[in-house]
Amino acid sequence: MFHRIYTLIIKELQTLLRDPEGRRFLILPVLMQLCLFPFVTMEVKHNTLGIMNQDDGPLSVELIQRFATAKAFENVVSIKSEAELKETVEMQKALLVLRFPSDFSRALESGKSPVLQVILDGRRSTTGQIAMGYVADILQAYSLERAEALVPGATGASPLRTSLVVRHWFNPNLDFTWYILPSLVAIITTIGALIVTSLSIAREREQGTFDQLLVSPLTPGMIMLGKAIPALIISMSQASIILLAAIFVYRVPFSGNLFLMYGSMFFYMVSLVGFGLFISSICSSQQQAFLGTFSFMMPAMLLSGYSAPIDNMPQWLQTITWFNPLRHFIVISKDVFLKNIDFFTVLEHVWPLWVIAAITLTGASIIFRFRLG
Amino acid sequence: MSAQKVVITLDKVVKEFPDPADKGKTKAALHEITAKVRTGVITGLVGPDGAGKTTMIRLMGGLLEATKGTVRVLDMDPIKDSSGLRQAIGYMPQKFGLYEDLSVQENLNLYADLRGVLGKEREESFGRLLEFTSLQRFTDRRAGRLSGGMKQKLGLACALLGQPKVLLLDEPGVGVDPISRRELWKMVEDLAKSGLAVLWSTAYLDEAELCDEVLLLNEGKLLFDGSPKELTGRVKERCMHIRNIEGNRRQLLTRALNRPEVMDGVIQGRNVRILLKEGAKKPDLAELEAGPKAELASVTPHFEDGFIDILGGGPGGHSVLAEQLEALPLDGAVVIEAEHLTKKFGDFTATDDVTFKVTRGEIFGLLGPNGAGKSTTFKMMCGLLTPTSGTAKVTGYDLKRSASKARQQLGYMAQKFSLYSTLSVRQNLNFFSGVYGLYGAKQKKTVEEMIDVFGLKPFLEAAPDTLPLGYRQRLALACAVMHEPAILFLDEPTSGVDPVTRREFWTHINGIVEKGVTVMVTTHFMDEAEYCDRIGLVSQGQLIATGTPDDLKEMAATKENEDPTMEDAFISLVQQHAEKTKGAAKAKE
Amino acid sequence: MEKEKLKPESEKTLRERFGAGFLRRLWALSYKESLQTLRDPSSILVAFILPVLLIFIFGFAINLDSTRIRMGLVMEDMGPEAQRFAASLQGSPYLSIVRGTRKEMEQAVMEEKVRGFIVIMHDFSRKLDRPGEMAAMQVITDGTEPNIAVFVENYSRGAWQTWLGQRALARGEKMPPDIQLEPRYWFNPAAESRNYIIPGSITIIMTVVGALFTSLVVAREWERGTMEALLATPVTRTELLLSKLLPYYVLGISSLLLCVAVATFILKVPFRGSIPMLLVVSTFFLFSALGLGLLLSTLLRNQFNAAQAALNAGFLPAMMLSGFIYEISSMPHLLQYITCLLPARYFVTSIQTLFQAGDIHRLLWRDVFFLMLSSAFFIGLTAYHTKRRLDD
Repeated sequence: MFHRIYTLIIKELQTLLRDPEGRRFLILPVLMQLCLFPFVTMEVKHNTLGIMNQDDGPLSVELIQRFATAKAFENVVSIKSEAELKETVEMQKALLVLRFPSDFSRALESGKSPVLQVILDGRRSTTGQIAMGYVADILQAYSLERAEALVPGATGASPLRTSLVVRHWFNPNLDFTWYILPSLVAIITTIGALIVTSLSIAREREQGTFDQLLVSPLTPGMIMLGKAIPALIISMSQASIILLAAIFVYRVPFSGNLFLMYGSMFFYMVSLVGFGLFISSICSSQQQAFLGTFSFMMPAMLLSGYSAPIDNMPQWLQTITWFNPLRHFIVISKDVFLKNIDFFTVLEHVWPLWVIAAITLTGASIIFRFRLG
Repeated sequence: MSAQKVVITLDKVVKEFPDPADKGKTKAALHEITAKVRTGVITGLVGPDGAGKTTMIRLMGGLLEATKGTVRVLDMDPIKDSSGLRQAIGYMPQKFGLYEDLSVQENLNLYADLRGVLGKEREESFGRLLEFTSLQRFTDRRAGRLSGGMKQKLGLACALLGQPKVLLLDEPGVGVDPISRRELWKMVEDLAKSGLAVLWSTAYLDEAELCDEVLLLNEGKLLFDGSPKELTGRVKERCMHIRNIEGNRRQLLTRALNRPEVMDGVIQGRNVRILLKEGAKKPDLAELEAGPKAELASVTPHFEDGFIDILGGGPGGHSVLAEQLEALPLDGAVVIEAEHLTKKFGDFTATDDVTFKVTRGEIFGLLGPNGAGKSTTFKMMCGLLTPTSGTAKVTGYDLKRSASKARQQLGYMAQKFSLYSTLSVRQNLNFFSGVYGLYGAKQKKTVEEMIDVFGLKPFLEAAPDTLPLGYRQRLALACAVMHEPAILFLDEPTSGVDPVTRREFWTHINGIVEKGVTVMVTTHFMDEAEYCDRIGLVSQGQLIATGTPDDLKEMAATKENEDPTMEDAFISLVQQHAEKTKGAAKAKE
Repeated sequence: MEKEKLKPESEKTLRERFGAGFLRRLWALSYKESLQTLRDPSSILVAFILPVLLIFIFGFAINLDSTRIRMGLVMEDMGPEAQRFAASLQGSPYLSIVRGTRKEMEQAVMEEKVRGFIVIMHDFSRKLDRPGEMAAMQVITDGTEPNIAVFVENYSRGAWQTWLGQRALARGEKMPPDIQLEPRYWFNPAAESRNYIIPGSITIIMTVVGALFTSLVVAREWERGTMEALLATPVTRTELLLSKLLPYYVLGISSLLLCVAVATFILKVPFRGSIPMLLVVSTFFLFSALGLGLLLSTLLRNQFNAAQAALNAGFLPAMMLSGFIYEISSMPHLLQYITCLLPARYFVTSIQTLFQAGDIHRLLWRDVFFLMLSSAFFIGLTAYHTKRRLDD
């Protein structure tokens, strides 16, 4: 029995790797995504800041210089008129525009709180909000410095005697690549595992070799194992490539336990293979399998928490995401990588994967047997 | 009838394609072909798969450009005057060029619009063609739901729109049962008589025999150009039947093929048909141990005999494969058993209460028109479908209960789908031996033996689909028999294969059967049916007749046709059954 | 033409056949293509069901306004000032606060139960009243998700400042003058991310749908052997190409309008542009998407590879590089140049503008210009590779 399954596995790997085109489809998307994704972040960097300065005092100029040196803004454009303001915002020439009122310096100097208007583009309000956070930081630092300069010693002013110390655990500089790469381990391998299982069965069906398997003494269980194990091997190798690149190319510190990483990855892949087999058990052509895989994969990625936090979704949708294996594994991968979570914490995220795998694998084998009969 | 006129001429035409195996180099698909096609007759373009038939038709249709030489169709250059040419030819590609999601009428409308058949001419053409193809009742049916024969007729109708002067048909008979093939032939014959030039490409040599003229292609070379009679004339008086054989006719065939004076031989029912070498004397029946009553009788030569003659003879009668196999005891045990086998798909009964038995060492053939339930029955017997009721047993195991044990006893081979094109030849051999439970030293030894027996050494690293057809066939057979199965299932094993390769294949099969292996085969080829010990004829889901090929022929014999061919027998038995059920249905009403 | 010389009586019909036949043949082919598509249930799935499903998922799943963040509070000091701070923290609409010990909160961060926590140190009240010392509060964030960590930091700072202000007020102290920020969100006053995510997602959906459709259609004709039959008829290259574009354009634009309708009427995203402008922009975007699919299909002639390539060349770049979630101006420069080649990029800005800002003609026509270029590029390349013979 074992050598029969072994034969099936070898065949599947040979099928996937013999053809140069096929090899390319397994490796190129992984490399492409590995090169692109880490640079695509929600971070706001080198943007353009518009300044409409109606103030003629010195303080606004001082502030503007501070903005110009901030990491978030690379260019500062000055805006002279309302028409220019409209043009700048409408044509998205600047991410946000600061409008200094004519009495800005005077008000500040006389101890009043001037109002600085921030005009944001509602078509990208989230980025605008983040950028506005940077503006606020700069303003606050400036205010404190001024306060200190104005009131030397600062003994009387109590606010200065408290401080808020912020520490970012596990990622002190909030480096986005530290977040993206561990997540990529989960995302990219999803595609590999699904395509290998669901499409390879559909292809065998179309080419008729599936009949050849069915007339052989192989049992449906063996055939399923023969599809599942190669998919595990392929996708775990893809995951290893990303893992290595994360550690050695992108220098993300791996602080966790490799055994826990691969152990949970194994169960994640099993649950994916379950979906793959399930899709292929109900499809008869490659086109259907492709559409099926795609219809599963796209929502799975959107509902994984990678692009947008799950906490922000409506409750019913959060419940649905529980059945998304990617959601669980993305957390495991990231937390084993960066937080070095222990066995029991991993277990809390892994057991849903067992449930999902049990459901999909059972479903797939029932439909499989049913279609044969 | 108008005078015959030459409308297509090929002059030293060469067509080369880039060689997939050797980058940068080209491979010639056609070598310096010079030929003519005339109006008023059916010109057969004959040859095995890969001979260059399709390439040649595509050159004439302006779909390919010749590398060297000139092609003229209706005095036009197919490439330079392509728009003029396309208006004047009707072209039916291999899969008939139909849109399966469109209805019959919609397919016709599309091609009429594309060819500019409008107004009164359009109505007339539709009426005429629908009547001609008897598709009037089916105009609303989707092309995908038509039977193979009807699809073929619709394809022809579409090609005939716009009243072309030349009709190019690329293998219209593939995958179609003999009844439909005969009907189509009649239609095309009428067209030719009305003055059309018809080029009909085919791998069936019996079709070639009916053509007025034949262009015989093999490996891109034109082997023969002329009337089929001319070719059969060459082998006149050299075709013999050995009749009234006593003893095993398969062993006799092997002995006969090993004689120096015998060029080729096949089994035809209870007789053995041989082709003698030119100038050779008749073989001594006593030496062949044909039995005391055996006699030699001259028979009419067929086109196939001529073809084999041109190629220099068949492959000989010795099967090295069979030598490798261990003999199973010929105990007369029943090894394949169908009991009241029924399969329903919804309301439709594909197989209706079929019962038959096959004993060890027999070749059992399943024949029947397209859609008669032949392949459903076959699939139930090898475990690909589960019967709705009844049992299918193989070597005593019920396929439903002990499927795995039963399947270990099976070998399965289908021309269309038995090999992994994504694996190399060696990987295929390793895979199939492994799946059937061979491993370690035994697996290695078996694989090496197969490579030796079938001469696969030079191709081990190649993909199966790049292999010459004959070798692909050998590989498929090797994969099916490596685990020494007791039963071999063959699903249309030699369709599209040239006669020489088919001979070789059947030599192996005959050899294997002699070792006690049982064979079950489905086929559309009547000459393949002749190899069978017994035939089950399936029509409308029922087994309408079983018996030896000669029994079936006798059943179909009438006063007008005392000695029917296998094809005649097939057609008449199926039609008789159809009339009977129609009559019964009427009586019920 | 020799043929005409050969048969002079048919000259007229021949001319009729080659000249005026264009529209008739185009119509016949397009009609055939439409029938085929409408009769295939999977194309209905791709054209109408998948887009609606996806727009709902995008609409509900991608919410970038951090509405409520789970955060821990460790009160090592229970003094009145600490209590007041806790109250200000709990008053924040953006935070849901869990109290616990430092140890519990550390574990909660590990298990992703909270996104961070604030520690009010045990000597907070004491130090607050003692001159020369700093009374410290500590904010710990879970840095593994930098976005959320930033939100945690900002919300904590906000709460801290509120508390500072209240405290100063209560004690009658004078705060150093503060610069107040007054945000004005143009086009989207409530700054709801779904208002631009949903229109942007239409781009992703239509890239996928458009490219997926056409990536299959030419390959299908080759695989099923019907291409050969078509090539043997008087059909021209232009007719062939247009018949593969126009029906899918109609289908694509219906699917797109359906998405717009779902977005405005069901998901209630305001639409401020004009329908004609929407049609103009969408038309050229669809032509690029369809052109891309058609090109892949023509080049690969294999449904499986073409669809897979369409996914890799269509979906992923559109998702990541179109600027729909991830700001293009924040990307490395090389990547920014690459995005200029993506039709999706231009459509994202125009459809977001149409939905939220209305007809800003200069912006829209600039995008239309680039979309026209890319349509011309893809369709031109497809035309170049469309074979009129089997071997050229």
